[in-house]
Amino acid sequence: MQKIETLFVDLSNWFIAWLQSLGVPLAWADAILLLIQFLCIVGIILANITILIWLERKVSGFIQQRPGPNRLGPHGVFQTVADALKLLTKEDIIPSKTDRLIFITAPILFMTISVMLYIVLPMGKDMQVVDLNVGLFFFISLGSLTTIALLMGGWGSNNKWSLLGAMRSVAQMISYEIPLALSLMGVVMITGSLRLSDIVAAQDNVWFILLQPIAFITYFIAATAELNRGPFDMPEAEQELTAGAYTEYSGMRYALFFLAEYTNLVAVSALLSTLFLGGWQGPWLPSWLWIIIKTYLVMFLFMWVKWTFPRIRMDHLMAFSWKVLIPVTLVNIVATGFGLYIFKGIGG
Amino acid sequence: MLQTEQLTINIGPQHPSAHGGLHVEAVLDGEVVVDAIPHVGYVHRSVEKIAESRTYAQFVPYTARLDYLGTHLPVIGYVQAVEKLAGIEVPERAEYIRVIMGELSRIASHQLFIGSLAIDLGATTGLLYCMRDRERIMDMFEMTSGQRLLAAYMRIGGIAEDLPPEFLPAVRSFVRDIPKMIKEYQGLLYGNEIFQARLKGIGKLSAQDAIAYGVTGPNLRACGVSYDIRKAEPYGIYDRFDFEIPVGSNGDAWDRLMVRNEEIIQSGRIIEQALDQLPEGEIRAKVPRVFKPEKGKSVYHRIEGAKGELGYYIVSDGGEKPYRLHVRAPSFVNLMALPLVSRGGLVQDIIVNIATLDPVLGEADR
Repeated sequence: MQKIETLFVDLSNWFIAWLQSLGVPLAWADAILLLIQFLCIVGIILANITILIWLERKVSGFIQQRPGPNRLGPHGVFQTVADALKLLTKEDIIPSKTDRLIFITAPILFMTISVMLYIVLPMGKDMQVVDLNVGLFFFISLGSLTTIALLMGGWGSNNKWSLLGAMRSVAQMISYEIPLALSLMGVVMITGSLRLSDIVAAQDNVWFILLQPIAFITYFIAATAELNRGPFDMPEAEQELTAGAYTEYSGMRYALFFLAEYTNLVAVSALLSTLFLGGWQGPWLPSWLWIIIKTYLVMFLFMWVKWTFPRIRMDHLMAFSWKVLIPVTLVNIVATGFGLYIFKGIGG
Repeated sequence: MLQTEQLTINIGPQHPSAHGGLHVEAVLDGEVVVDAIPHVGYVHRSVEKIAESRTYAQFVPYTARLDYLGTHLPVIGYVQAVEKLAGIEVPERAEYIRVIMGELSRIASHQLFIGSLAIDLGATTGLLYCMRDRERIMDMFEMTSGQRLLAAYMRIGGIAEDLPPEFLPAVRSFVRDIPKMIKEYQGLLYGNEIFQARLKGIGKLSAQDAIAYGVTGPNLRACGVSYDIRKAEPYGIYDRFDFEIPVGSNGDAWDRLMVRNEEIIQSGRIIEQALDQLPEGEIRAKVPRVFKPEKGKSVYHRIEGAKGELGYYIVSDGGEKPYRLHVRAPSFVNLMALPLVSRGGLVQDIIVNIATLDPVLGEADR
């Protein structure tokens, strides 16, 4: 049991020891390990997304009372692989009137930012690439950068639909960034730290979803908007803006946007489980399995919402953020403050 | 005040919410709609001209392709118009079967309306639920005519073939399940806060404007005008059935939805009564293969289609083919109110307005 629990940690320790036995200095061995860890992250992301897209289709099929993909492999598990191959082999089209540099960099930037989010996520006990002391802050600030990639895509495409989609995404992101950050403040106040490993450790006895239920809900809503998922999928808004910011993209460039969105989804779900659901903590099973289970449960929640809700209107979206979410999160912060003060007063 | 440039965007004819070849030229000021001009004609198949080179009986299947979502209704309208022109009596049983098929078509059309409205709002699941229920009607059409979507089941003087034995139980069980279906739509769509916020108060049409624009059907009834040709000028045997005309009060998108929702229930009631009264007997009158109505005689016959007043104007020159045939297409007329209801709203409301005015482009373009 202990072996499985520390499987990956042991593996990396063994690797460093092996490198040192070959005469590689420790600093170099660490650097090589870091590189391997980055590669692992990319591997995890790609593997996860392959499963996730299949899962999304199956879940939507389940909700819509249809079988979903079922032709390629058992229960259609290879459907995503086939789709990825199809997108890879498509002709790379760059419309002539686009701003080439911006058009090409936008999907790459989006993907890069999404991958970077994983650096600070604790994937299990002692399993974190970099344990930044401002981990949470790093995550939020990077997450908001994706807007720039969307705006670049929308502007560079030189298409009215794309521009409208990009404008919407900027407006949405600016409004939802605030409740997103504010709803996490409660957790930070209780823990007294922005370090994600500290936040997980603080949930030793009780998960923060019980101490901060309102923050969980507000963060969930704001994160849905941040992820551009239904009912807040304004930038894409298929039925209105054809494909919004992605209208002019095709082939692998489109796939990159698509992948990046799912990468974001996994990252945000993992963060949500880290902050509110006790992170990798859990009985019996190894820690890295716990975080996977929790992440997938949160992702199922995101999918459930997406496939049952209609899209909200743009002005309602803004009004909801400024008139409902932000006041609620502010009240939550004040209440948390009072709670902490009283708790400390009693507990000493 | 900040001055912004007006942006003209073309919604369609290739667009996810264009409902099959509708082109709306939208002039936007930011996200606010300054004007929305519908351009029709992308699905024009010159149905009216084709009629002039076909005999009266040959033209029947073409009419099924007008409003292909409520496929029996345009066919019923056409054959009744020809029967009026040639003075043909239709047997009782055929009349009842026509009513049953017509009302089933109306339900199918309204279910697709709810489904397409849901998907236009981004609620994909709503479409699938409505499609699932509509599938049962399609199966019934297949039972009777062998065709699902474009079942040209009606003939001049009656219907093509008698009902198969499995048809009646299928209709009965479908009609029994209607309240259950409505309850499901209620749970998934109507009860949703976002869904209501997207529809209530959107695309308001006053009764006065609706009448001035010639809007008919559920869109007119949503404005509070209780006008249904089945009651106002009963055709066929509609005077024998007991049903209500649902009306709205605000004329907004929500009312247009609710009126249709209620109409599904009322159509179910009509079908139930028709099933109870269904007599045995002939299904088709003796009509010669080629017949020539009197020269110079013309007729205008209108029925309550799924989208509104569906009228056929036929002029005879004494030959075996119509001299001129005109279709008063409710989709076309209703669509003309789109700029009126869209102005001042948001881009997203145009989509709602197109969906709730419920045009079928095959009918609008003819």
